[in-house]
Amino acid sequence: MSLFAATGLAVASAWAVYGVGAALILAGALGVVLLHNPVHCALSLVTTIFGIALLFIDQGAYFLAAVQVIVYAGAIVILFLFVIMLLGVDKREARVAGQASSMVPLAVTVGLVAVIELLVLVRVHYWATGAKTTTGSLSGAGADVQKLGQSIFTSYLLPFEMTSALLVIAVVAAVTLVRRGGAPPPQAPPRKAAAALRPPARAPEAPSGATTAARQPASAGRPAAASSTRQEQAG
Amino acid sequence: MSVPGPWYLVLAAVLFGIGATGLVARRNILVMYMCIELMLNAVNLTFVTFARMLNDIGGQDAVFFILVVAAAEVVVGLGIIVAIYRRRAGATADDVNSLKG
Repeated sequence: MSLFAATGLAVASAWAVYGVGAALILAGALGVVLLHNPVHCALSLVTTIFGIALLFIDQGAYFLAAVQVIVYAGAIVILFLFVIMLLGVDKREARVAGQASSMVPLAVTVGLVAVIELLVLVRVHYWATGAKTTTGSLSGAGADVQKLGQSIFTSYLLPFEMTSALLVIAVVAAVTLVRRGGAPPPQAPPRKAAAALRPPARAPEAPSGATTAARQPASAGRPAAASSTRQEQAG
Repeated sequence: MSVPGPWYLVLAAVLFGIGATGLVARRNILVMYMCIELMLNAVNLTFVTFARMLNDIGGQDAVFFILVVAAAEVVVGLGIIVAIYRRRAGATADDVNSLKG
């Protein structure tokens, strides 16, 4: 009798864990899609990530759950928030009303088609269940991280090394992209060209009041241009 | 003891669908990237579920590599976004249409 009660409790707790994880995941995902402020979207993404990590733990992927929280919540979402704060994008969600309303039915169609396709695949997933334990068994003695490490450093050693190259390339790409306009550093142009360029650059230098007056229209021109493009799109 | 695998697969499918919907519906480039992250997370959940169902560590290996690639993708993507915003503040995905035919 006690054994029966124990199994019943185990089943109930398993479903409870799954329910909490699913609720976190779906609430976070809907928040990302529906909320207007990008900061709120990023925080909803954190909710989804914690739900996924919970279900990872539920399925025995302890190391991946930890990495999920550290890499996603700790690095990627922080990077998102950093860019949001840096650029001041918050609350400037493009509510170009006409376009958004014309896009939503297409989006819902795409989402529904994706879900239906995947559900069909889940229904007929026997094609994926042919060969078991081709790279290594999940059950058996040893911790999860030990098996994962052994698999990565033996079967998947070459892909693992290639990810390091990928990360280096990504770092170089990010630095190259974000460097201001790709302009050459100040000491790069040869001295003669710099000397030739210098007088015309300094020629219009006038009393400070004139330069600020000349600068102001230029700086005011940018928002005007942006608003004109926005009006074009709204129209 | 945990819930049968297909329940996780269905949940991952729904999560993937929500991400795809958001990717098409939203116009803020940052939020579109977050929707891509949602879809990647759905795939990760599917991999871990299949790893459990098939008793195979290979699924968890795949998730490990997906995490690395997602990190690299976000770094490069956010670099592109910063470059776009520097050129035109407040840009949406519809403003980046220089290559439109």
